[in-house]
Amino acid sequence: MIQALFQEKLHVLNVGLSSFADSITRAGGSVLQIEWAPPAQGQQEVGRALARLVNLLSVETANQTAFDAYQAAQPVLKGVGTASRVLPNMAERMILHSGPPIAWTDMCGPMKGAIVGAILYEGWTENLARAEAMASSGEIAFEPCHHHNAVGPMAGIISPSMPVWMVTNTTNGYQAFSNFNEGLGKALRFGANGLDVITRLKWMGQVLAPALRASVELLGGVDLKPMMAQALHMGDEVHNRNAAASSLFLKRLISALLKTRTPAADIAAVVEFIAGNDHFFLNLSMAACKAMTDAAHGVPGSSMVTAMARNGVEFGIRVSGTGSRWFTAPAPIVDGLFFPGYSAADAAPDLGDSAITETAGVGGFAMAASPAIVKFVGGTPQDAIDNTMAMTHITVGRNNAFTLPALNFAGSPAGIDIRKVVDTGIQPIINTGIAHREAGIGQIGAGITRAPLACFMQAVSALAKMVSAT
Amino acid sequence: MARATKIIRNFYRDSVSLMQLSSTITKLPGVEQASAIMASPNNVALLVEAGLLAEPVEADANDLLIALQGNAEALESALAAAESALKQPSPSSTGNEQSRGMSPRSIEMGLGNFVGANLVLISTPGEYAAAEAFKALSLGLNVMLFSDNVALKDEILLKRFAQERDLIVMGPDCGTAIINGIPLAFANVVRRGVVGVVGASGTGLQQVTCLVDRWGGGISQAIGTGGHDLHRDVGGISMLQGLKALAADPSTSVIVLISKPPSPEVAGKVLEAASGAGKAVVINFLGADPDRVRRENIYPAATLEDAAAAAVALANGRTPEARRARVTSLSIAPLAPQQRYIRGLYSGGTFCYEASLLLKKELGQINSNTPVEPEDRLSDVWTSRKHTVIDLGDDLFTRGRPHPMIDHRLRNERLIKEANDPEVAVILLDVVLGYGSHPDPAAEMVPVIQKARDLASKAGRHLAIMGFVCGTAADPQNLSKQETAFQEVGVTLAESNAQAVRMAASVVRKPDVVGGRL
Repeated sequence: MIQALFQEKLHVLNVGLSSFADSITRAGGSVLQIEWAPPAQGQQEVGRALARLVNLLSVETANQTAFDAYQAAQPVLKGVGTASRVLPNMAERMILHSGPPIAWTDMCGPMKGAIVGAILYEGWTENLARAEAMASSGEIAFEPCHHHNAVGPMAGIISPSMPVWMVTNTTNGYQAFSNFNEGLGKALRFGANGLDVITRLKWMGQVLAPALRASVELLGGVDLKPMMAQALHMGDEVHNRNAAASSLFLKRLISALLKTRTPAADIAAVVEFIAGNDHFFLNLSMAACKAMTDAAHGVPGSSMVTAMARNGVEFGIRVSGTGSRWFTAPAPIVDGLFFPGYSAADAAPDLGDSAITETAGVGGFAMAASPAIVKFVGGTPQDAIDNTMAMTHITVGRNNAFTLPALNFAGSPAGIDIRKVVDTGIQPIINTGIAHREAGIGQIGAGITRAPLACFMQAVSALAKMVSAT
Repeated sequence: MARATKIIRNFYRDSVSLMQLSSTITKLPGVEQASAIMASPNNVALLVEAGLLAEPVEADANDLLIALQGNAEALESALAAAESALKQPSPSSTGNEQSRGMSPRSIEMGLGNFVGANLVLISTPGEYAAAEAFKALSLGLNVMLFSDNVALKDEILLKRFAQERDLIVMGPDCGTAIINGIPLAFANVVRRGVVGVVGASGTGLQQVTCLVDRWGGGISQAIGTGGHDLHRDVGGISMLQGLKALAADPSTSVIVLISKPPSPEVAGKVLEAASGAGKAVVINFLGADPDRVRRENIYPAATLEDAAAAAVALANGRTPEARRARVTSLSIAPLAPQQRYIRGLYSGGTFCYEASLLLKKELGQINSNTPVEPEDRLSDVWTSRKHTVIDLGDDLFTRGRPHPMIDHRLRNERLIKEANDPEVAVILLDVVLGYGSHPDPAAEMVPVIQKARDLASKAGRHLAIMGFVCGTAADPQNLSKQETAFQEVGVTLAESNAQAVRMAASVVRKPDVVGGRL
């Protein structure tokens, strides 16, 4: 009842002229000034669509359902498979890439380079120029990893004979996949496609994958969520820092590996390879995150983001309640630090499926766990905490499984809500590596970037249409 | 182009710290390129490739290597700077330790750190205001919508949406409210009491609440509805809600309703609800026939002043009496024969409208930019004609300029213009105090009034300047201080708009009263 207001103390939220807030304070009233700016970059139609969705019961309920499914997910590494055999709808002449869909002609340098490398790796031709011709001829299908329940960092290239991690969400039985991490420097995912790169990929397929397959089988699966949670307590955010998680994984693996029939020399090479790559766990982290966010996907009316991915040209997001549709905007440039001899001028725009980690409430969202990461942009440990805290304002909830020591073991903010992003203008933060814009040079730095607001604005408009149609 | 290197043995730093250091040294004067790395063979090879090292150095992965390229003179100091930066504690470790909360960016975000929020005051540009109001209502909050330029269809949508949730939308274009004793937007600091007011007009609410205060009464609640609420299509939703809430409020014993005359069907609904309120209801439908308003429990009031007086009387257990113009011993200097007209320069729209209504009855045609009758509309709002009252708060005048309650420049210019017109007898002014208004209107207006008088007397005329101050003793500007300042420059002040208008009318009706008393 309105007269109930007369019995309460008046508490005013002031949106607009701050002098009104000053007056209320001077008159002894209670007031909070909102730092208001026109939402949705001033686009009124989007602003109105947003207003229809704010605190809408059907959306709130849907988000709770989606978030509960995300939270309940238990990603377990169940095996190692071959892409063509285990990925859903993977065709023989198909190459998967990161981010939203993109045509060959529009792809960025690193992605083109990586695709050429994958063609050489598959042995569809031995010749670089012929490989490029094949890629542009249309005889090879290019599709996003995400369309096949998979994710891949940077160029995210998965070709039919590549080995993939097979992760199962044991709560709902759904699978998620990722390729293997090749290590830093010249790597296929950065567009490098030289002989050394192809040779390493072959070794990964012929030696590493069977050894890991046998080990994982012996282990009967590896629970990934507790491992990620532990790594968060050891200074990782399991996107751009995986030093602890990679060590934990190797520790878990090693006795099983020794029990396999793998020749001793190969075991040595496998251990050396994993130990020499602090990002080895990244792809497992990504597959686990994909399994968790996929669990939240497809809840009608839900405004929770279930994928953020970049193809080096466009940044795309998918939302639980809007089906398989991508909402895209130009991929941003990453603000960061560069390896010697490189600068921002050499950088490719944001690239890779690895923002699935932020989508799942780790990476940039768990930056408070990983103060070392914030130094990429000259920040302080306090900035890392602030970044995580800022994300609490645009998320559905907190992930109880991923606790953050620096925040008194509060859960990491998770489940990006498109409504809150557009209403506050706070853009999701992403920790990421930076690829050279030309193929084959590799990683040239690392830093922090933000998901473009335009993606979330489109998603808000689309969801509002769907919600009002029902 | 010179090169320089420095190896610091067994001095490990993580790669991120080193990248940060590299970026800092690169920015030093005279430095072209710089890198600080742990000297692993791979890293050293990279520096050779980048041209920072002429050849591989003798070092290993636990040694820190700084390599520079640039002006020979600059390199030594750059190396020293790099080394000292490495050995200093980093600025991050001495940084701000306290947690920095983020200020809220949206209503929903604001709710997160503001327990008990129950009202949102919105004064954004009009094109965004409806969306903000809708969000506030969706979040279960009452709304005061100060913003104007909100489409009528949005107003209807918002008010119906609010009604379903038992929330109220005050506005759009609601300038004034006092809720639980807290003045909102343009409002005065009034004593608390038993008179509850619902008004479609901001200045109308200010006049009634200030006069109730002046005459010893007090205000329980003053609820604004915005000027379109009693439009047929809106149906008086907010006024009916306000009326109902005040009827149920144990702290309210008398209710006052203020509006321009509503459409007949809306008027019917309001009168029916008022009659059934179970409390005395004073109604001022500006310009309406009192007999059409009168019902059981309903006391019609012809002016805002009458409404306030009736409310105070009823609050004190007395029956309201018909009021008369309280003009006592008004002494004015002689007017020249051609000084025949009143020029009202108003900052409050409702005051201007009320002046038009009252003057029309006594003097016939009153020209205005916001006339009572369409045929009395001024063709050129910048030039007065015969009896003229101007609402300087009209959109025509406020485009790209603050409201005349805040910025007196436009009215001051017009005042000088009117003072130069030999046909002008009386200049009529309103002065509105309270939160939101100018902190010291007298300081802005008094020198101009003095100048206007001087101009007229140089031309051999005496100019009558009359008006009233709408405010209270507790207002930040202080009512008596403001009144004294105006009186000191010879402004004849009344307590209310109606009294000031009648006073002005009496001057021009009897221009032949020379040096006399009215």
